[in-house]
Amino acid sequence: MVSQIIFVILALAGTALFAYNARKVIRNIKLGRPVNRTDKPQERLMTMLKVAFGQTKMAVRPIPFFLHLVVYLGFVIINLEVLEIVIDGAFGTHRVFAGLGGFYNFLIGSFELLAAGVWLACAIFLIRRNIVKIKRFSGVEMKSWPKSDANYILITEILLMTAFLTMNAADAKLQALGATHYIAAGAFPVSGLLVGLLPNNLDSLIFIERFCWWFHIVGIFAFLNYLPYSKHFHIMLAFPNTYFSNLKPKGQFTNMDSVTNEVKAMLDPSFVPAETAPGKFGAKDVQDLNRINLLNAYTCTECGRCTSVCPANITGKLLSPRKIMMDTRDRLEEVGRNIDKHGLEHQDGKSLLDDYITREEIWACTSCNACVEACPVNIDPLEIIMDLRRFAVMEESVAPASINAMLGNVENNGAPWKYSPADRFNWSEGN
Amino acid sequence: MEFKVPTMAEMMAAGEEPEILFWVGCAGSYDERAQKITRNICKILHHVGLKYAVLGTEESCTGDPAKRAGNEFLFQMQAMANIEVLNAYNIKKIVTGCPHCFNTIKNEYPGLGGTYEVIHHTQLIQDLINDGKLKAEGGESFKGKKITYHDPCYLGRANGVYEAPRKALEVLDADLVEMKRCKANGLCCGAGGAQMFKEPEKGKKDVNIERIEEALATKPQFIAAGCPFCMTMLNDGVKLKDKEQEVKVLDIAEITARANGL
Repeated sequence: MVSQIIFVILALAGTALFAYNARKVIRNIKLGRPVNRTDKPQERLMTMLKVAFGQTKMAVRPIPFFLHLVVYLGFVIINLEVLEIVIDGAFGTHRVFAGLGGFYNFLIGSFELLAAGVWLACAIFLIRRNIVKIKRFSGVEMKSWPKSDANYILITEILLMTAFLTMNAADAKLQALGATHYIAAGAFPVSGLLVGLLPNNLDSLIFIERFCWWFHIVGIFAFLNYLPYSKHFHIMLAFPNTYFSNLKPKGQFTNMDSVTNEVKAMLDPSFVPAETAPGKFGAKDVQDLNRINLLNAYTCTECGRCTSVCPANITGKLLSPRKIMMDTRDRLEEVGRNIDKHGLEHQDGKSLLDDYITREEIWACTSCNACVEACPVNIDPLEIIMDLRRFAVMEESVAPASINAMLGNVENNGAPWKYSPADRFNWSEGN
Repeated sequence: MEFKVPTMAEMMAAGEEPEILFWVGCAGSYDERAQKITRNICKILHHVGLKYAVLGTEESCTGDPAKRAGNEFLFQMQAMANIEVLNAYNIKKIVTGCPHCFNTIKNEYPGLGGTYEVIHHTQLIQDLINDGKLKAEGGESFKGKKITYHDPCYLGRANGVYEAPRKALEVLDADLVEMKRCKANGLCCGAGGAQMFKEPEKGKKDVNIERIEEALATKPQFIAAGCPFCMTMLNDGVKLKDKEQEVKVLDIAEITARANGL
């Protein structure tokens, strides 16, 4: 009975703490400008099912695709088992779904195979990161916390799977020894191999089984609460992120309505704009970005596919699309902490542009959309870069001299070079 | 040119309407190398007897480089002025000689009051081939020649046009070789996002060198392009690698015109 009460308190506390932190994340995302991404619900749903649920964009790189698929399926399917664990924990039952008979055995057997797969895949992931040192996992932004974060996640998953399999092994042995409470249920294709390693003493077996059971479920609650601080948040946010992703052609940049109003008023003095919400042009800080940009930042799992295909990054420039996303999240978290401490109006004198992302980075972008194409969860670093450029150019008039010259030419000659508009048709005289 | 390129003003004065407007673009108008591509597009249009016209001196920058550089004001000023001209001429269909103009007019003008059917010149060539109006005969033979095609970002990834330019090359019976990074994974030439007009940030190498090395690795006789800015970057790359004698960079329109003896 005591253990049931402890379990229920733990489950409630774990869920409540997660809800509290998740609300904070939602509040932070809502600091951004609203953007309408609720059109075409059917197409959005299909995009989510294909890209997030179906993992289609992962398939470009077959090895990580396969390994990630194992972990993903393991996560989704083994979590069915968590339902049983929660019921058992709250009501003091043991393997409450055992009544399903052969189907139950099939389920437990599949979970075991998947668990072994997850264990192996995570071990290979660790090797890829720390021993093989695959290039896209390095970079200036992948030092300290981001690097440890990735390893913590993988080690935790290995520990959770080890606990799950050891628990089953102890359970199988207890069943075989006819221990009370341990009804004969389940199939143990993987943990069956571990039975020989366990002691024969009933008390020790029960201790191991209980320890692993608690370790597994407490681990899951702890992991749940680790998510909002981690790149691993993508396991949840990938779904809304792909649902709300851009459905238009990648080359189509937004036309700023605020600018349209001003330009129309300039061309036609009698024009009266529908609504006057001047605001800032472009983005200096995270609040100037839109909510999808901010959701993108929380969704990013720092896999580095974007950076590995970025022409600027490949050729040694400072720009890294992954860093753009990580900086956006870091800055947003900082703004969020400021709000928690000092209230909504607090200004800390810092901003995303300059304190996190440098001018050199934003001007190195070729707007080629390779990063957007490469992202397995449809994150758009380019939109953030463009909004930062817009702020630099329209609010501050600060751009590389050659860019200013080009803009001057477009304005005066209708071409980015210094040619006379009268000569525009001269090409027809050549051969 | 052996024929006169008709302008919209002349067409209007004669009370005629073209089937399609050829939007030349700034590079196509002023850049010496790109002017050749422009003339070749005209030769193709003339050859197939399509009723077309250009805006001539009434054309102005679409505003694309201004928009990518972050100057939305200037972009919209340019866009609205252009839309006024296009709408005054009652333009319905546009073919562009540049993927940047193509993307801007197709995707960003409708929101500002300019809605047209917009195609890139490689799509026009594909359509003409499909309709049997354009073949690969009467000119230079590209049969068995090794050609690699560089996807312009604003045609490929930005708008999903991958097949049209390849179709134009397939009819040549040439030996098409793909670079390692092609189609959706194509590598930028380094000119997009207003990079064309500025010095690159400091780094290990220039983007066009990275790209030309990949192109040269396919041991091509021709590198095919579909964008005047890619053309500049790729040509510079070939020159820097001292491969001008072995490898020629040509636009799809130039290859098509040559194959048809235009």
